[in-house]
Amino acid sequence: MTADATPYVTEDGRQIGGVMMDLRDITLRFGGVEAIKSISFDIREGEIRAIIGPNGAGKSSMLNVISGFYKPQEGEVHFRGKKRPPMRPYQVARQGVARTFQNIALFEGMSVLDNIMTGRMGHIKSNMLAQAIWAGKAQREENENREAVERIIDFLEIQAIRKTPVGRLPYGLKKRVELARALAAEPDLLLLDEPMAGMNVEEKEDMSRFILDVNDEFGTTIALIEHDMGVVMDLSDRVVVMDYGRKIGDGTPDEVRNNQEVIDAYLGVAHD
Amino acid sequence: MSADFLYGIEVVLNGLMAGVLYALVALGFVLIYKASGIFNYAQGVMALFSALTLAGIMSGQVPFAHLINAIFGTDIHYFGWNVPVLAAIILTLVVMVIFAWCVQRFVFRHLVGQEPIILFMATIGLAYFLEGVGDLMWGSDIKTLAVGLPQGGSLWVEDATSGLGGDDFYGFFIDKLDMVATVVAIILVAGLIAFSQYTKQGRAMRAVADDHQAALSVGISLNFIWVLVWSLAGLVALVAGIMWGAKSGVQFSLSLIALKALPVLMLGGFTSIPGAIVGGLIIGVGEKLFEYLIGAPFLGGATENWFAYVLALLFLVFRPQGLFGERIIERV
Repeated sequence: MTADATPYVTEDGRQIGGVMMDLRDITLRFGGVEAIKSISFDIREGEIRAIIGPNGAGKSSMLNVISGFYKPQEGEVHFRGKKRPPMRPYQVARQGVARTFQNIALFEGMSVLDNIMTGRMGHIKSNMLAQAIWAGKAQREENENREAVERIIDFLEIQAIRKTPVGRLPYGLKKRVELARALAAEPDLLLLDEPMAGMNVEEKEDMSRFILDVNDEFGTTIALIEHDMGVVMDLSDRVVVMDYGRKIGDGTPDEVRNNQEVIDAYLGVAHD
Repeated sequence: MSADFLYGIEVVLNGLMAGVLYALVALGFVLIYKASGIFNYAQGVMALFSALTLAGIMSGQVPFAHLINAIFGTDIHYFGWNVPVLAAIILTLVVMVIFAWCVQRFVFRHLVGQEPIILFMATIGLAYFLEGVGDLMWGSDIKTLAVGLPQGGSLWVEDATSGLGGDDFYGFFIDKLDMVATVVAIILVAGLIAFSQYTKQGRAMRAVADDHQAALSVGISLNFIWVLVWSLAGLVALVAGIMWGAKSGVQFSLSLIALKALPVLMLGGFTSIPGAIVGGLIIGVGEKLFEYLIGAPFLGGATENWFAYVLALLFLVFRPQGLFGERIIERV
């Protein structure tokens, strides 16, 4: 499938490995509407992969296919070299794929800390009774998870709001808490659906820095959807461009920038 | 201390204990409402059904005996054995878990994302269905539930307190069963709170209650959580069923105690476990005190039948979210 998947090291010294997720001829239909038309691309270990395209191009649908929220009618998803059977979203999450949502999906009634703790769900192994009575092993486990969560809180600089109910937070901070919850799962693959939508320049810079740091420090593979072309070009190793459910470009930011079809899709083209 | 004052205290104590039983029923409502937004009309019937099942299993009754006899022309009613209390309770719990699974699998799984009123209507259907199944399975005769809970007034309390008043005060009359119910309710509530605060499944339950998409994205299976919640509601129903059944026999009017839980929920709020407890206690004490102080002397008595509902009505007018419920905020 992929022409060249040999590991390499980027200019800034990050390791890019082999193919982690391979999407083959994915087609997704809603009734008669084809949201995704036979799209193939891959995501490689350790890279930041961007999906861009105009509104309604099918980017979010693509992310929903990867995370199991949508089931494609045709095509195969290969994860870590194996074909993935049809899965429910929670099963995909348990395989090490975490995500954020375009419209923020947080537990509004719970504190920031509790929200992030839910991300550790897959890391709690002791049984229900032991947890309820706070028995030795369960307590150790809880403490370890708390430490992991505190590290993420420090990392994303949200110490000050850890006890605040999420419903009271402003938009930008909610986005950050959602990222924190996804990170708490220590995912292999992190999917970000428009992590910077609706943010001002300063917030966007912060978020970009966090995304780069996550990739750099934890080696997390990231696939993200973003509208801001400048941000995408700065952040990503490779870019997939979609338009009307089709893939019209795939390559490094420079390659994509000079692709005529991409330029047409973004700037419009004169029909005569 | 004057005897009148001491009688007043006795009324309050008895009210508190009656309130515990109301709270037990209300608790089942709160559990399901919190986790799935479903107002479960069938909660009272679940209490009835679990009590019927427990009584049936203990006495070795053959389930669906009438049906079997009608079809095969046989005449069997009993297996001829008695099941010990503890084993019977465990078996009943198993039945309630199976019931929870069926409810999720055959009803609510197909109604995900529907309007609350539709879910509510489904639970009404469920209530009548379950009542019918209970009837078919165990027969419609009144059963006694002899699970070995103490009955009658506590002599110990009476003796210990008889010296407080003058000659015409004989000590507090406290029902032993009410005392047991109080202790059981405290243990149950402590257990439920520990479960929802400290366990992964409890946290998952709160998460599901809050946002389905987000819950899925962190690896929580919605179906599993909903079966779990209905099972817990089944457990609470069983405890309530045992207490009420031991008090007044297992009969079909038991399902009506669910109605008493409504004013409790109006007071305590539909989303708060402590609210259900405090609401239950307020209703219990309130109706007993009102009867003692105002109802019996001035209104001709029998105020206990309506006091709770009037109180609930006042709450609906002035504080619709209840004492502890989440505040209703509409953002525009």
